[in-house]
Amino acid sequence: MDNNLTLTKVPVAVKQKPKGIKRFFKLLVQQRALVLMSVPFVIWLFIFKYLPIWGWTIAFQDYKPGRSFWEQQWVGFEHFKFLFGNDRFLLVLRNTIVMSLINLVLGFTTAITLALLLNEVRNLTFKRVVQTISYMPHFLSWVVAAGIIQTTLALDGIVNDLLMRLGLIKEEILFMGKGEWFWGIYGASIVWKDVGWNTIVYLAAIAVIDPGLYEAAEIDGAGRFRKMWHVTLPGIRNVIIVLLIMNIGYLLESGFEPQYLLGNGMNIDYSENLDIFVLNYGIKQYNYSLSVAASIFKTVVSFVLIFAANNIAKRLGEVRLY
Amino acid sequence: MTKGRIQKLKKRVRRMSPGDWIFEIVNYTLLILLVVVTLYPMVNTLAVSLNDATDSLRGGIYLWPRKWTFENYKFVFQEANIINAAFISVLRTVIGTVLTVFCSAMVAYTISRPEYVLRRFVTVVFILTMYFNGGLIPTYLLMRNLGLIGTFGVYIWPNIIGVFNLIVIRTFIENLPSSLMESAKIDGAGEFRTFFNIVLPLCTPVLATVALFTGVWQWNSWFDVFLYNSSKGHLSTLQYELQKVLAFSNASIQRIDFQAAAAQGGFQKVTPYAIRATMMIVVSVPVIIVYPFLQKYFVKGMLVGGVKE
Repeated sequence: MDNNLTLTKVPVAVKQKPKGIKRFFKLLVQQRALVLMSVPFVIWLFIFKYLPIWGWTIAFQDYKPGRSFWEQQWVGFEHFKFLFGNDRFLLVLRNTIVMSLINLVLGFTTAITLALLLNEVRNLTFKRVVQTISYMPHFLSWVVAAGIIQTTLALDGIVNDLLMRLGLIKEEILFMGKGEWFWGIYGASIVWKDVGWNTIVYLAAIAVIDPGLYEAAEIDGAGRFRKMWHVTLPGIRNVIIVLLIMNIGYLLESGFEPQYLLGNGMNIDYSENLDIFVLNYGIKQYNYSLSVAASIFKTVVSFVLIFAANNIAKRLGEVRLY
Repeated sequence: MTKGRIQKLKKRVRRMSPGDWIFEIVNYTLLILLVVVTLYPMVNTLAVSLNDATDSLRGGIYLWPRKWTFENYKFVFQEANIINAAFISVLRTVIGTVLTVFCSAMVAYTISRPEYVLRRFVTVVFILTMYFNGGLIPTYLLMRNLGLIGTFGVYIWPNIIGVFNLIVIRTFIENLPSSLMESAKIDGAGEFRTFFNIVLPLCTPVLATVALFTGVWQWNSWFDVFLYNSSKGHLSTLQYELQKVLAFSNASIQRIDFQAAAAQGGFQKVTPYAIRATMMIVVSVPVIIVYPFLQKYFVKGMLVGGVKE
């Protein structure tokens, strides 16, 4: 009797599926292959990406290398207070935000313009060649790009050469020595490097615009510019808005390499950004605590901005990040 | 081109208004200008690298060398540091790329399986890392505690999975016909079998994209060399050697000692200016050769994860 009962009961229990932890572990064992394929990398992730967060404690200590964690002296928010009273930090913050905005405005307008221009090219071979060439600088390293920019803007570089020949200037300009010009040079550099690359998304968005809209506009007598303005641009408006929002999330990420590689003693007041500040205090001056405080500030602000940006973008329903 | 198309084109040309003509001319001019601005610096660098070094100092080299020579390249390829750096660059690019592509694809596969219990957990812990990072010093201290500083491993281990790659590959796998994987399961193939024999081969386009991005990233990296291995000459890479040459004018640490080389007698013909141009070409040529072949792949790959670069 008893045996019979349990025999009938068991299948029923399986059908109802055991809930909670039991079921979870059962599935885990069943899917051990998938677990084996992913969990080691989760452990890797925790070590390399999450464990460094522990190091943030340094910002709240008067960190002395060589002492153990328990021997460090805790100072609370002293380093943060120092940062926000520090003229250099505020200057660096200004540089970061300004260059980020330059990146944003210039990057967007040039890429959208180029995409529109490319879209008007009827000769497909020409279009393809221009596209391929325009992607090239994106693949060059910033080290090479910085070398190119320095050569181009040198006293005997092509820019001075051209300006002299055109009679626009009387003597060569030391471009890299003019601090106040650094932002302009930075803007030109990032446009040179990435304008072609950034058109990819816009061209794809343009490609899926309904051709019927163009035909309708043509019947209504719209010329090229009217079509561009009233059909193409509205067609990619959503992509533009979403990318803009996402990029605002990266406001404090103005990049590190161009500023570091193009920076020099003469333009440092304009080229130094948060990342370079963190590097200078941390690696060069061994002031770990202050350096970490600055990078915590950057990460926390970025976190909030990116999170907000992502959520707004998702609400607009245009992207699926995950 | 067929006859019909030619006639259509002719019709269009006839139909074009003066305004259209002006636009057409302006448009082509602007695009050609873009091409010139993009290519000129590279062509100029190439010309300088192929021109006699002392002659280059006179200036006036634009698109074509004035006094042809391969001395600059000979010098660069005879420099032991540079040969070694090239070797390390190739090594980190190959190992780093293969490992990243493989590991990213494997994790991407697991989080593309709807039935996987840890799917959400794994996805979220990876995605979260897009929003923050530990920062320079904490990461540096971690590398020190892991004993990775001064080793080749510091180029590889921290980078074996990129979250962006993960999302791109996962999206690609999710768009594959699921019947393929189901039929593999019915035939008795386990997860590993399915992954290696079915999913990996089907993923070639997206894996090519990821490989290109990772390869270029590894090849172009110099900051980790500077940060972790600047005192280990034998672990230096081409980009870092170039960076040091570029910083030469700022009189920082200099590995290629031009004065000493000149004193030995063999290399008076070389100048930092020429070496710099030559190295810029050497470092860029592999990348410039590879990317056009993968263009159709990476354009698609960019769109899948197009939201975040």
